[in-house]
Amino acid sequence: MVTFESLNFSPAIPEIFLAVMGMILLIFGVFRGDKGFRLVCWFTVFSFALAAVLLLHLADISSLAFGGMFVTESFAVVMKVIVLTGASIAVLMSMQYAQREKIARFEYPVLMLFSTLGMMLMLSANDLMALYLAIELQSLPLYVLAALNRDNLKSSEAGVKYFTLGALSSGLLLYGCSMVYGFSGTTNFNDIAIALSAMETPSAGLVTGLVFILAGLAFKVSAVPFHMWTPDVYEGAPSSVTAFFAMVPKVAAMGLLVRVTMGAFGGIAEQWQQVLWLMAAASALLGAFAALRQTNIKRLMAYSSIGHMGYALIGLTAASIDGVRGLMLYMTIYMFMSAGVFAVILLMVRKGQQVEEIDDLAGLAKYNPVMAVCLAVLLFSMAGIPPLAGFFGKLFVFQAAISGGFYWLAIIGVLSSVVAAYYYLRIIRIMYFDTAENELDRVEDTPSLFMMRGTAFLAVIFALIIWPLFHVLHEAVERLLAI
Amino acid sequence: MMDHAFLQDYLPILIFLMIAGGMAVLAVLASWLVGRQNPDPEKISSYECGFEPFAETQGKFDVRFYLVAILFIIFDLEIAFLFPWAVSLGYTGAFGFWSMVVFLGILTVGFIYEWKKGALEWE
Repeated sequence: MVTFESLNFSPAIPEIFLAVMGMILLIFGVFRGDKGFRLVCWFTVFSFALAAVLLLHLADISSLAFGGMFVTESFAVVMKVIVLTGASIAVLMSMQYAQREKIARFEYPVLMLFSTLGMMLMLSANDLMALYLAIELQSLPLYVLAALNRDNLKSSEAGVKYFTLGALSSGLLLYGCSMVYGFSGTTNFNDIAIALSAMETPSAGLVTGLVFILAGLAFKVSAVPFHMWTPDVYEGAPSSVTAFFAMVPKVAAMGLLVRVTMGAFGGIAEQWQQVLWLMAAASALLGAFAALRQTNIKRLMAYSSIGHMGYALIGLTAASIDGVRGLMLYMTIYMFMSAGVFAVILLMVRKGQQVEEIDDLAGLAKYNPVMAVCLAVLLFSMAGIPPLAGFFGKLFVFQAAISGGFYWLAIIGVLSSVVAAYYYLRIIRIMYFDTAENELDRVEDTPSLFMMRGTAFLAVIFALIIWPLFHVLHEAVERLLAI
Repeated sequence: MMDHAFLQDYLPILIFLMIAGGMAVLAVLASWLVGRQNPDPEKISSYECGFEPFAETQGKFDVRFYLVAILFIIFDLEIAFLFPWAVSLGYTGAFGFWSMVVFLGILTVGFIYEWKKGALEWE
């Protein structure tokens, strides 16, 4: 019989804490009304910070909970801290934007909190059931957030589109889970790994199930050929929500993808490496070429994020410690760079109206040099120009691919990042060499201004802080693969 | 091979699916081929209990109906969970009891939210 002792709650205390805080804030918000928006936002950020502190106590512990459904080790802790940081940044950047755009409902931060809780559970999922439930808990608030500006046609469309395609991906994922369960006889990741090692050759049904699970997860990280929702949802959703989409859920989904591939299916790496090879190459190429003709900066960022997911997947394709470490580093850098670029997008206001065309940035360097320099640094970093942060992300990913023998993949990655550099440089050209017809307003949005400057500064000094970070990530990956 | 024997167990289901699909196709095909087709405007106009249709079928439908339906489903499912829980409480013990109490607590938070938000008021 299951008892309280056998469940071993303690590794999940940060998650339980966040869940309780989410419910308290929901009740608080509904009694206070929408005028409590700022207060709920601050409490949400405070809860994220406290959850991170609780997590740090678990940093050196590797243990299972809830009958093997929940796992925690330093890999999960590191990824969760990254996710919590990103979510806090997203909530802080949203506060003034939401009030400008009249979407400042108290549900907004609460939904972000529940979605973040789902992401934390994704990073600790050690069972196909836990994986599915965590993904749904993460996705459902995101569908609502995309349609938050419900009087806006594009926002509603984004919500419906995201929901429909998300439901389709859940279907694929569940189908894959059922196949894996049918052919291995278990849903637990550790037991799947054991069942695999007992087989001489993996059965066709198991491999089919694995491919469906990968397809479902590829939806969540928007890797080609499951990327088609990304541009429309990024464009339609309110910009502050798009910032959240771009920064946080992908980190969590990548972490889960690592645990599924390297953990449960580590024994048949050659099977999933082919799938990831194709997805990585296609994402990098599509991200580079489809972004060339975009005029809307949010759509451009959508294609850019597809490309970046391609580079991150190149690391995972190598299926080595170097590769996973490269992926984690890439996702961390990508998250901070996206935070900076989206801070600039949130600050693009003309005569009190949000604007989002790339041409609206024309001549920015003349009348707002600080913003122009920050955006230029962030874009150079995303393009991977040394010695900025983005360069190191790409360097370690490509290095892992080369040492794993994936020469063609590395070549495709390098070539597509050259193509991608063109559209980043085009924005910089428009800012510095075109003349402004209408200037953008100077918005006193302190959190966004701070994030813009902070991330640009981080991109510049990254070479100095990379080694401690590298050390932490390396230990986390070693811990993950040791189990 | 193991896979082969495993799949053979599903053969009746495959045959069943083929018969079901065949019957459906056969019914439509037969009435199309054998039946006499002699349409006139009255025959192909839409039919509503002997009257002319009163309104557009794609007219707007108040969103409040959906809200009530969705809220109903949540609490209906709660009841569906409560029955097996109540019957098996002797086997699951204190753990089973408190699990359900936590579930009901979470559901109550949602209930307070929807009540306070005015989702239960028609006007």
